[in-house]
Parts: sequence; structure tokens; C-alpha cells
Amino acid sequence: MLIAQIVFIALLVIAITLFSRQVRKIRRNILLGRDEQISGNRWKRWKNVLLLAFGQKKMFRNWIPAILHLFVYLGFIIINLEILEIILDGILGTHRLFLPYIKPVYPAFISAFEVLAVLVILACSIFLIRRNILHVRRFENPEMTCWPRRDANNILIFEIILMLLFLTMNASDQALQMKHYGHYYPTGSFLITHPIAQHLQQISPGLLVGLERGSWWLHIAGVLFFLNYLPYSKHFHILLAFPNTYYASLEPKSQMPLMADIVPEVRSMMGLEADDSQSAPASPPVHFGARDVFDLSWRHLLAAYSCTECGRCTAACPANQTGKKLSPRKIMMDTRDRLEEIGRNIDMHGSFVDDGKSLLNYISEEELRACTTCQACVEECPVSISPLAIILELRRYLVMEASSTPQEWNAMFTSIENNGAPWTFPPDERGQWASRLA
Amino acid sequence: MQIPTVAELYAKGEKPELLYWVGCAASFDQRAQRTARALATIFTRAGIRFAILAQEESCTGDPARRAGNEFLFQMMALKNIQTLNQYGIQTIVTSCPHCFNTLKNEYPALGGQYEVWHHTQYLYRLVREGRISLKPATAEALQSVTYHDSCYLGRGNGIYDAPRDILQALQMKIVEMAHHRSRGMCCGAGGAQMWKEEEKGQTRVNIARTQEALATGSRTIAAACPFCNTMLYDGLKHAGKEEEVQVKDIAELVAEHLASDPTVGG
Ligand code: SF4
Ligand code: SF4
Repeated sequence: MLIAQIVFIALLVIAITLFSRQVRKIRRNILLGRDEQISGNRWKRWKNVLLLAFGQKKMFRNWIPAILHLFVYLGFIIINLEILEIILDGILGTHRLFLPYIKPVYPAFISAFEVLAVLVILACSIFLIRRNILHVRRFENPEMTCWPRRDANNILIFEIILMLLFLTMNASDQALQMKHYGHYYPTGSFLITHPIAQHLQQISPGLLVGLERGSWWLHIAGVLFFLNYLPYSKHFHILLAFPNTYYASLEPKSQMPLMADIVPEVRSMMGLEADDSQSAPASPPVHFGARDVFDLSWRHLLAAYSCTECGRCTAACPANQTGKKLSPRKIMMDTRDRLEEIGRNIDMHGSFVDDGKSLLNYISEEELRACTTCQACVEECPVSISPLAIILELRRYLVMEASSTPQEWNAMFTSIENNGAPWTFPPDERGQWASRLA
Repeated sequence: MQIPTVAELYAKGEKPELLYWVGCAASFDQRAQRTARALATIFTRAGIRFAILAQEESCTGDPARRAGNEFLFQMMALKNIQTLNQYGIQTIVTSCPHCFNTLKNEYPALGGQYEVWHHTQYLYRLVREGRISLKPATAEALQSVTYHDSCYLGRGNGIYDAPRDILQALQMKIVEMAHHRSRGMCCGAGGAQMWKEEEKGQTRVNIARTQEALATGSRTIAAACPFCNTMLYDGLKHAGKEEEVQVKDIAELVAEHLASDPTVGG
């Protein structure tokens, strides 16, 4: 027993250490972004967390996947209670620790978990079919090949395996109970696995114990592995969805953030006195807009790690729908990929060593230019990500610093500056429509 | 009907009850000018003391900002705020959702605080309060209409109902497109796209959107944005349907249905 406990504790410690190391790295990467103060109503922010992250509100814009996702989500949250027992059992060398304390309701609890486990298996199987056989359009974009596709499938298959192990464990446990074998005390029957247990009785007790222990160990080892897989996967969203919805912008979606850094300069250019409310920034921006992830706000970088690659944004994007290269999901994936690349660079050299690249090596001008700023991506994102916010920052860099502007836009700028209108009409003709009124 | 400018009123020591912020499109574009004229007619009929800035109005800076030119945006914003504040303007109605968004949401950060209405909101208020009365339904009015949500009104500012309420007040039957309200599809003009060619793709956004509108079978496509209006009209031309189907601003539809003897004002 003791050896098993030691092995278990060692496994647990290793898994948690590795996980927290990875989480610290991600935190460090996110904080590479520009500092940005969060203002506004705390209560509204918590409401967003409750509605969007806990409540899955946005998911229900799309009923079928929402219900399936709800099964997986509830399964995940609730089965954690079961995992608590497993972990304590593992540490203390006990078996079904909670049983004596909550004996009358124990079978009801476990039965509920089992039902959830079946629903999770069902949902994940349907998700697998949707992704791989039905080829739902939003999972077919060019950015969804290779790793993103495999990642999604990995997780789904993994969840199914974990749930099957959980059910096998319970079934063999009950079969052993029926045989009054060893310390397998009667728990009362579990809804899903009881009938299976009856069939398993023909198997010899030794084999059953092997099955029970085997699935117990594989289940918990699987869970710990899963924990460590998360930070490398889009499935990290199950954690980051919470902070991300908290920190998401509360402004109207159409409101573009002010570049406060340049206000004093513009004011003085226009011969206006300095405005006390906007004192000069302590440190001027390194770039106008964003050239690389360092120039984005930490909020955008948090969002990049929170993206679930669900593609709801891309499916709603008018540019994407009409065959342009732009895919808002890809904007988020590229931001994350670039950030990870920088993270690895820092890991290797101690601090960032210029690699001659930027976020613009990942996201092309053609993509950036195609955005109509229609905010459909922002509206759709179930975890309150704004790909548009990143697009705008990159556009700012292209126009204000890289001077890479389509000729037509340059003409438009000139016209606004000279005529006060994006078209070359003289300002004194502005009221002419009115004088021509009957 | 003579529309005063704010400067003219100012010279007389007066201030308008309402500034009509016309915007570049309705000032210069011939189709959008129809919206401006319709609004002027309605305001006059409702007895509202309104004025325009005429040559003192400048682009709000919206296209510059969306394209990425924050410098130019701030210049335009500061200039316009100066003008507006100098005349002590408090209430603004605008017929362009882009102007609406900039004036309402983006100018406050630069010192411009106003009460800003989009004309669909304001017109619906006039209808509700009985300040304009509408003609009884005509055969034309009873025809179905489809309403195209402008991104900057709908998703941007949550204005989905006012334009539809007006159409309902006109006793028109609304047939929704496949994408509407918060799922509405862009006309393709936003984000400064109006001023450049679209990126390479299978089709153009406005053509795709017009197809959706045509699929409703409506003879009228109602819009509430001069850019949507242009884009959808171009889409109709592309589909060769500009004779059968018309695109109209909500304001135009209201102006066409004003009762000839107004109950209030005049
Ligand atoms: S805001 Fe831009 S990226 Fe987002 S859906 Fe609209 S066009 Fe696509
Ligand atoms: S940005 Fe949001 S909507 Fe788009 S793929 Fe990521 S999670 Fe999904």
C-alpha cells in the first residue's frame, strides 16, 4: 500500500510542478504585452464572468454545439468532485474515502457522475463526427490543419478514454462488491455501471482487481497528463475563459480605443494648449500601433491564450465569407504562435534576442486590409475575444509607422486633411444640398 | 424651406434645439443627399428648430481611424469638438452610423460630450410622441420590406429596434434576411473599405449581402446608413435588379409617408 501511496504522491507532485511551471511561463508571456489599466465597473465584469464563462451564454447562439458543449463542461466541473476523492484515496491509501460519511447519497452522487460521463462520451463522439466526417465549414479553414486539428481531436479522444476508464473502474468495483471481495465494501448500485458489473462477475476476482486498479491508475494518471497537456493546447481556455471575460472591454464594440500617447502631440500640432487631463505619457510608445506582440496590450495576449479556435468569429466574418484571406480566428492563433515563439526565445537566451521577425510575419497586410471593422467577430466570440482590437493595432502600425498604405487610402487621408471630407469636394459645397431644397 | 446654419443663428444670438450632423456622404453623395433632404423635411414638419454646420462641419475622422491613421482622426476630432463646443452644441442628430459612433462614443475621450441620436432613434421618438403623423397605409406601404442592419448601429450600439419600429409604424411588413440583428452582415463599406478596392476573394461583400436581401423577395430594402445604401444599390445594379427593387433610407420612407396636414408644428 505504502509504495502505491509514494508513487501516487510523486506522480501528483511532478504533475503539479510541471503544470505550474508552464502556467508561470504563460503568465510571463502575457505580461510581455503593454501595460494597460483596467477601468470600469467591477460588478459588470463579474456579471460577464458569470454569464459568459460560467453561464455559457454566448454559446447558445448556436444550440446544438451549445448543448453538447454544456455536457462536456458540466462533466468537467462536476467530475472534479470525484477526482477529489480519487486524489485523497491515492494519498491516504484509502478506498472510496467519502463513502462512510455520505453513505445514503453516495450511490446517487456517483450515478449522477456516471450519467454525465455517458453524456460526455456522447457529446465528444458527436464533436468528433462533426469535425472529421461532417466537415462543419468553420473547422475547415486553412488555419485548421496540422496541429490545431490534431489538438482538437486529441482532446476529444482523451476525454472519451478518461470517461470510459471511470466507468470501467466503477463497474469492476461493483462486480467485486457483489463477490464480497477484500475491501470492496458495498456502495449501493450505480445507475450506469451496475448492469455491466453483473456481467463482469464471471471474471475471476484477481482479474477484476487488476481491471479496477488498472483503470483507477490510468484514470488519474490520464487526468494529470491532461492537466499538463492543457497549457500546450487551445484547451487552456477552460481556465482562461474566466479571467478573459473579466478583463474584456466593456465599451461599445464599435468604439475604438484612443491612443492617449499622441494626444499632446496632436494638440500642440494644432496649436491647442495642453489639456491637463491628458498629461504627457511617462514613456512614449515604442511603436505607433502594434508591430509585434510586445506592442499589444496584455489583455490582447491573454485573449490569444484564451481562444478556443472554435471559429465562430471566422464563420461570421463578411470578409472570410466572401473568400478573402482574413480569418479573425487566425489572427488570434497567429498572435499566440508568435508569443509562444518569443517565449521559447526567452527560455533559450534568458531574455528576448531579436529574431528579425514580428507579428507581421504571421499576419499579412492583405488579411489586415480586408477587415470592415464590422464587429461580427467580437459579437460571436463565446469568451469575449476581440480579434478586431488586434487588427486595428496592426493597421495603426502599418499606416502610421511603416507607411504602408494603399494608394487609395492615402488619397482619402489627404482629402480629409485638405477638404475635411474623404472625397475631394471643397468644404464650401457642404451645405449645397440644403440650399437646393425646394 | 431654408435651413439655417449654426453660425447664422449664433450671429443672431440664437442656438438651435438640435444640430443635424449631416456627414460627408449625405453632404456630397447624390443618393445620400436624399436622406438629408428627407430629414430636413421631417424636422421642419415637426417644428423642430434645427441647424446644420455647413462648411464648418468636417469629416469626423471615422475612416481615418479605422484605416489606422489615429493622428488624422485626432486632428479631425479636436477640430470638430472645438467647433461644436464653441457654439455650445448639446444635442446632435446624425444620419450616418459612423458619425454617430464617433460623436457619441469616441469624442468624449477628447473632450466632446454631446447627446447624440441616430436619425432612426430620433424619428421613432417623433412618431411615438405624435410629433409627426403618418399617412394611412398605401398599397405600396403594405408591401414587404427588408431591413439591413448597419454594423455601427446594430452591433456597435445596440440599435436594432428603432428602425424596425418605424417600418412597423409605416405598416410595412418586415421580412428578415438570413443574417439580421446582431448577426447582420456588413455591407462591405465599413473600416474605410469604402475608399479602396476590396481584397481578392470569391465575391464582394456587398454582392453577397444584396443576394441575401433579394432572397427575401422584398421590393424595398430599407437602410439606415448612407454607405450601406450605396453598397446595396451597387449590389442591385450588379444583379440587374435596380429597376425592380429599391434601396431607401428609413428617413426617406418616413418623409414619403408624412401626412399632408400635420397635427403638430408645420
Ligand atoms: S471586424 Fe473584421 S475580422 Fe471581425 S468579422 Fe468583421 S471584417 Fe471580420
Ligand atoms: S476568437 Fe473567439 S470566436 Fe474566434 S475562434 Fe477564438 S474563441 Fe472562437
